[in-house]
Order: sequence, then structure tokens, then C-alpha cells
Amino acid sequence: MDVTDLARWQFGVTTVYHFLFVPLTIGLVFMVAAFETAWVRTGDEKWLKLTKFYGKLFLINFAMGLVTGIVQEFQFGMNWSEYSRFVGDVFGAPLAMEALVAFFLESTFLGLWIFGWDRLPKRIHAACIWVVAVGTVLSAYFILAANSWMQNPVGYRINPDTGRAELTDIVAVLTNKVALITVPHTVAGCFLVAGGLVTAVAVWHLVRRPGQDTATYRSAVKIGAWTTLVAMGAMLLTGDIQGKIMTEVQPMKMAAAEALYESEQPAPFSVFTVGTLDGSRLIWSAEIPGLLSFLGTGSFDGRVEGINDLQAEYEQKYGPGDYSPNIPLTYWTFRFMIGLGAAAALLALWSLWSIRRGRTPTNRWLVRTLPLLPLLPLAANSTGWIFTEMGRQPWVVFGELKTAAANSPNVGAGELITSLAVFTLVYGVLAFIEVRLLLKYARAGLPDVTPPPVAESDEDRPLAFAY
Amino acid sequence: MELTTLWFLLIAGLFVGYFVLEGFDFGVGMLVPVLGRDDRERRVVINTIGPLWDGNEVWLITAGGAMFAAFPEWYASLFSGFYLPLLLILLALILRGVAFDFRGKRPEAAWRRRWDWCIVFGSAVPAFVWGLVFANVVRGVPLDAGHNHVGGVLDLLNPYALLGGATMVALFLTHGAIFIALKTSGDIRRRANALAGRAGIGAAALAVLFLGLTLAHRGGTAAVVLSVLAALCLVGGLIANRLPARGGEGRREGWAFAGTAAAVALAVASLFAGLHPYVLPSTVEPAVNSLTVLNAASSAYTLKIMSWVAVVFAPIVVLYQGWTYWVFRKRIGTQNIPE
Repeated sequence: MDVTDLARWQFGVTTVYHFLFVPLTIGLVFMVAAFETAWVRTGDEKWLKLTKFYGKLFLINFAMGLVTGIVQEFQFGMNWSEYSRFVGDVFGAPLAMEALVAFFLESTFLGLWIFGWDRLPKRIHAACIWVVAVGTVLSAYFILAANSWMQNPVGYRINPDTGRAELTDIVAVLTNKVALITVPHTVAGCFLVAGGLVTAVAVWHLVRRPGQDTATYRSAVKIGAWTTLVAMGAMLLTGDIQGKIMTEVQPMKMAAAEALYESEQPAPFSVFTVGTLDGSRLIWSAEIPGLLSFLGTGSFDGRVEGINDLQAEYEQKYGPGDYSPNIPLTYWTFRFMIGLGAAAALLALWSLWSIRRGRTPTNRWLVRTLPLLPLLPLAANSTGWIFTEMGRQPWVVFGELKTAAANSPNVGAGELITSLAVFTLVYGVLAFIEVRLLLKYARAGLPDVTPPPVAESDEDRPLAFAY
Repeated sequence: MELTTLWFLLIAGLFVGYFVLEGFDFGVGMLVPVLGRDDRERRVVINTIGPLWDGNEVWLITAGGAMFAAFPEWYASLFSGFYLPLLLILLALILRGVAFDFRGKRPEAAWRRRWDWCIVFGSAVPAFVWGLVFANVVRGVPLDAGHNHVGGVLDLLNPYALLGGATMVALFLTHGAIFIALKTSGDIRRRANALAGRAGIGAAALAVLFLGLTLAHRGGTAAVVLSVLAALCLVGGLIANRLPARGGEGRREGWAFAGTAAAVALAVASLFAGLHPYVLPSTVEPAVNSLTVLNAASSAYTLKIMSWVAVVFAPIVVLYQGWTYWVFRKRIGTQNIPE
């Protein structure tokens, strides 16, 4: 394993880990904001309970997303200095905008929300969490615009003197068609996870503590399950558009998603394959005729370029080299992404069915599968990202810079192994602690609430919230 | 003004903001077990920065992002060149951030004690390592023709840089103690004031020595003026720390805090003033291998776009962050800590 591989492992480990917390943060903040708004508007205490209950789970999760996010910004420079030198002019801009426009909003207004229960009027307090929610989406937009530029570089030129990419059109970068479709797809993925969590926790309480806060948990199940279902619909819709754009700008990635070696018209989609996926021999495969053509081109008999043709084309264009990603990995992550997401939607549907017309869920199998409800979409999110990033290889910036030429030349294996070990160890321990805390607070159930008084006079009154 | 100069100033400003704000966060963090004699008191200390630390930390993230966008070469050379120190800072910030949030989530004393140590580690280490990093930046590091840092990590541990680290720790300890005195009531306030006075003498001595050595190495009128002002503000703050408050308990904590805040700001500004026009000077072939505001900068177009973004959004950020400080302006004491 050379230093580039070590740097890639580190990026993979820290990024996948970071993105375990981000989807829950983005999805849950909107749901908590909606609960609080419902409380402000109706005065019904059940919404306040849901706000505080899911708000606590949100905060435990947010802390982890926050601290693992700093690593992301630092490691471009630490591990990928050649990349940073090459792209800073273009890639740095959305990253800086993310910090200035989104991160400040998120962290400042989250502080106000956590500690401001008795310092701010109800409406202002609820507005704070909405500002946080807007901040999370802005943040997603800017970072995905930066990532989309790596998939489909636009609005730049290569400076012939320095050999570096230079921004020529910021609007093109911020309206990159890959970004415009990746944002809704990713955000929908976040709601898939958050809806799953809200549903799973509420169903668990309905089963385990029948008769206690039933009406409130029923509302949570309905809202959570419908969120997951609608999110899944949005995933399919945006994923479909994304597939067509991907086929256009990164045909190799689409070919790799199907392990399609020879160009075909029409091209089938294999649901499942037994074989080596290296193009040499196929043992067995369950195929749906024409589906890949539809996914890639919108027509059931469209032509989809195969890996071999693309390889020949790229060799001519970029010189000798291997231009295909790791095919078994892209093939399977693509299927897991879709399959796991769909399975989560089915579980949400089952949860919804189990509470129909005032019923209390009793099926033991339903309870056993509850942990899967947030975990499946989380895994779908991860595999989707692994597919997107691995499918771009060997490029770090498609067509412009190869991953192998992007790492820091002055950072050796010793430093990389040290940091990889440190992050793996610390992240592992923190994951254990975080999961235990989430379970503890999820099990504790709805808190008793008294609407916080906003009194300016009583100096000695205990704070409504303190660490 | 040249856009490269403007962005040098903006990044300097972001680091100034970061160190003024996180400076007291770090000080407060280091003092949690010192000023908090029991769990309730420790909670008072932590809660003085509870709603604020996260927003303060974003100044660093923005400084990093701005550096990446405006001076990619600076960002690339600095972050890859100071690999292990930055790894240590990341580790510290991870543990500190999680500790603030997780500490109160379980009642066990052992659980809370462990997170308290994470807060202390997560506050002291970044304070020291940032001092070490900035001192080395000002001193210069060996860069090759591709602007890659080629020195070993042990070279970073030179006496001057270690002094820089110690200075930052002492300065932030004082700054944090005065912040705690400003934000609390009762016993903690009294103890914080007393401690600030003692720590302040050490901080002043270290700061004068460090800034003096810095000026001898990389002077310039602006750097000298800023350094002298920084020293004066620190002394002024420490004097205010000794003066009794008008009509009531405590000292003139508002003035004392203004003094240490200005001292931190001016000291950091003097480092940047001494550095300019370099952003990362090289000790090897300085004339060719050093990074300056010119050879490290992005294209004029990127700088122009980013300038507009900064001009529009930076004032808004300062406004709403200021509002947060206003909302949480009240002093807190043990009586305010809920069960």
C-alpha cells in the first residue's frame, strides 16, 4: 500500500464516518423545527414534548457531525496538498462560502436554540431552529457544488503558466447540473434517515409502553414514516435524473455501475450477478432488459457505452493508463444504495400499516427490525457516496487530475499511518459512546415539559438549559 | 488596495477573531477543574461559554476556507507542512467539542471527570500548538522549489516556537480567567479575578519576551507599533483586574476583558504585520522558495468574487454573533444551574 492509498483510506474512513452524522442532522433539524412550529402555533404540549425529545437526539448527533467536519476541511491541505494547489482557485471558493454563509448560521443559531429556551420569545426561539435548518441545507449545497466540480468540472480554465485550474465563471460552478441534481438527491437521503429514526423510536415506545403518550407517539410514527416514504419517492425521481446526467458527463461511471464491458443497445440492468465482474465470464445474472438504457438515456433502447469502448476512447484522449474504476465495488455499491433505501421505505410502510385505525403495533418481527429503519437508509447513503467517489477513479478531478498525483508529496507513510490510526481509534470509541447515549435517551422517552417562562427579572432562577 | 493585500488582511482578521474568541474559550476550558471545585461549579464555568464556543470555532473553519480559496498555495503548504501539529489540534478540538455536549448527558462522577479532562486537553493543546505553528510560520520553515515543507517535525520544536506556544497558553489562561470573572457571580468570580492577576503577570512576561524576539527577527514599523500596543493593552487589562468595581463586589472586569481581548488581537495582528508580504517564508533559498501574497494567491477573478461574498456576509455574521453575546450577557452562578 503506497502513500496515496493510505491517504485515500483516511479520506474514505473519515468521510464515510462524518456522513453517518450529517444525514441525521439535516433531516432531523427540519423535523424538530416542524414540531416546535406546531407547538408555537397550536399550543399543544405534545409538540413541545416531541421537540425536546427528538431535539436531544439531534444534539447528541450534531456534536459528532460538527467535530468530524473540521477534519474534512483540514485534510484537503494535510493529505492532498497537490490537489489543493491545483483546484484551490475553484474548489476553495464554495468551501469558503460554506463556512462564511452556512457554518456561522448553523453554529450560532444552534447555540441560541439550545440555551435560549428562557431567553427568547417563543416565536424567535422557533425561528432560530429554522435558521439552523436553512444553514444545514446551504452547507450541503456549497459542499456538493464543490464535489460536483470534481465530477464535472465547469467554469474554469487551466492556466498554461502554472498548470493550475482557475475559476472563470462562478455561476457555472454554482449551477453545475451535477450539483443541481445531487443536492436534492442527497437532501432526500437525509430525510430518509431522519424519518426512519423518528419512526423507529416512536414505534418502539408504542410497543413497549402501550398506553403511555400514545397519541404523541402515533403522530411521530405518522410524520416519520411519511417523511421516509416521500423521501424515497424523491430519491427515485432525483436518482433517475442524476443517472442520466451521470451517463452524459461520466459515462464510465454508469458503465461501471452495471459492469457493462461492451457497449449495448438496448442495455439491460442486472439486479444480481454471480461472477467475477471482470468481464471475462459470467456465471449467472438476473437481468431486466432495457432498464440500463432507460436509466442512462431515458429510452428503453438507448445506447449505453461499455467500459472497453470508453477505455479505448480515454486512452486516445488522455494517454495510456487504466481509466476504469474498481468494477465489483461500483457494481455492488450501486445496487446496495438502491436496495437498502427501498427496504427502508418498505419498513416505514409496515410501521405505518401497524398503527392503522388506532391499532397498537404488536408484531414482534416489526420490533426486531426497528433498528434497521434508520440504519438501512444510513447504509444506503454511505454506499451511494462510495459509489459516486469510487466511480470517478482514477480521477480526483474528472479529466484533469488523477488521484495518484494529488496527495501531499512531503507527507510520508509514517505520518499517514499515525493519523489514520488516531482517527480510527478515536472515531471508534466515540461511535460506541454516541450510540449508547442515543439509545439511552431514545429509551427514556418523552420528557415532562413545562413551557419555559420568559422572565427577565428573576436573576437566581435556574437556567432552562445548561450543559 | 490590491485584492491580494485585502485577502491577507481578511485572513489575518479571521485569525485575530478566532484567537480573541476561542482564546477565552481555551482559557475557560483549561480552568474548568481549577476554578470549579465541585461539579456544580464546574458546570458554571463551562456554561459561561456554553452557547458561544461553537460559533467561535467557526472563525477557524472560515479562516481555513478563506485561505484555501484566496491563497491555495499557502493553505496547501501550511497544512501539509504542519501535519502532526495540526493532527494534534484536530484531535483536541474533536475531544473538546464532544466533551461539552456529552459531559452532562450522564450523572456519574467518573463520566463527568473524564470529559472534564478532555475539555482541559482540548483547550490547552490547541492553545499551545497554535502558538507553536504561528511562531514557526513567522520564523520561516524550509520549503523546496515546489513550496513543500521539507523539514522534520523536530525542527518545529525550536526554543522560539516553544516560547510562542507557552505565550499563547499563558495569554489565553489570563483572557479566560477574566472572561469567567466577567460572566459569573459569587465565589467563582472572586477566584477567577485572583487567578487572572497571577496568570497575567506570567503572560505579560512571556508575551513581551516573545514579541520582542519576533520583532528582532521580522520587524517593521507596523509590527512594532502593534506589539507595543498589545503589551500596553495587556498591562491596562491587568490593572483594571486589580481595580474594585464601582459600587459592588468584584473588579472592573469589563475593562479587564477589553484589555486582554485587545492584547490578543493586537499581538496576533503584529505577527501578521511582521509576516507581510510573506505568507510562509522559506529558510532555504528565501528569495525563490518563500510563499508571498503574490505567488500564493488565487486568480484575480476568484479574489474578486470572494471579496463580494465577504463584503456582504461578514458584517451580517458579526451582527448576529454579536446579538448572541447580547442574549447571553447575564452573569451566572451556582444558583442558576438546573439539576
